[in-house]
Amino acid sequence: MNPTLLLAATNPGEQIVFWVCATLAVLGALGMLLSKKPVHSALFVAFTMINLAILYVSLQAPFLGMIQIIVYTGAVMMLFVFVMMIVGVDASDSLVETIKGQRLAAIILVVSFAALLIGAIINGLQGAAAPSLDVANTVDGGNVQGIARLIFTDYIIAFEVVSAVLIVAAMGAMMLTHRERYRPKPTQEQMSRARFQRFAATGQLPGNLPPAGTFARHNAIDTPALLPDGSVAVESVPDPLQERGDTRAPSVEDITEVAEISEGESVVIEDGVVEDLGDEK
Amino acid sequence: MTTDHYVILSAILFSIGVTGVLIRRNAIVVFMSVELMLNAANLAFVAFARQQGNLTGQTIAFFVMVVAAAEVVVGLAILVTIHRTRRSASVDEPNLLKY
Repeated sequence: MNPTLLLAATNPGEQIVFWVCATLAVLGALGMLLSKKPVHSALFVAFTMINLAILYVSLQAPFLGMIQIIVYTGAVMMLFVFVMMIVGVDASDSLVETIKGQRLAAIILVVSFAALLIGAIINGLQGAAAPSLDVANTVDGGNVQGIARLIFTDYIIAFEVVSAVLIVAAMGAMMLTHRERYRPKPTQEQMSRARFQRFAATGQLPGNLPPAGTFARHNAIDTPALLPDGSVAVESVPDPLQERGDTRAPSVEDITEVAEISEGESVVIEDGVVEDLGDEK
Repeated sequence: MTTDHYVILSAILFSIGVTGVLIRRNAIVVFMSVELMLNAANLAFVAFARQQGNLTGQTIAFFVMVVAAAEVVVGLAILVTIHRTRRSASVDEPNLLKY
């Protein structure tokens, strides 16, 4: 065997990278398979893909490693997570088997399939020493340039077809998720009229609700806002909290302080600084 | 590291992907398993590219990534449409055509 080939085959750094990243990639794939929630599955797959990217870089394919991180972990898996937000994060698997014994049959099938594959690989490759890509990666000036030369010369037709596939896929996604509007969109004028009619009918205020915690000592969501005259605006606390009775009572100091401010008196802030708000009126 | 280590890793990842497609019922997880299988094929391509000493395998892996991205876009759009009409992401739900 050529001594340089032997050196490339027993590079200790590559061995460490392979064993660490291969273990983590398989663990990530198993996590995808076994986790109940789809969000956890997505994160496990993203983890597997980052490990595969590291393996690509150690296989002298730095361009593909970067593309793997950008396209797969950055775009594809995040698209999965976005769709999960639409479809519902809690849509976990049902454990009912539709076909009887399907799970057991699937596992037996997959284990024998994997045994067949691995046996064929070991038999066929026989520990073939890997020649390095040093020549191919330098003859055009680099890995990216080498791939670019192949794409734009030998594989130009495949490249054009793939670009058409991408455009068709984007248009197809738009077509599939498009929803026809059956009634015209309400204009601003119509919405305003509806708000005031609702005010006349039910007494619901047409303006914005005061945000929780305004003028109060706590800006937590359960603290009702204080109106400028010092009264308490109960509707500033979100409805679910009101229903549960989780509304915090505003302190008496807050109410008197707001009343004093609106009357134009000087107010002592807690750390001793005197602010005379009355002069600014 | 010899090529067969990488190809065996690729075979293991592919088998896990097949298992996911066969036993998981959530369509999104089935999709992720398909992605895992595509990635396993890519790993084999890249490993064989180094074995052969030229960049053709890496170019093919690049094309596989592009096609996989397009496939994910269309597949997830179909999933969103199914969810809109059936309120479900399970691959067992569309079996009602039988009845």
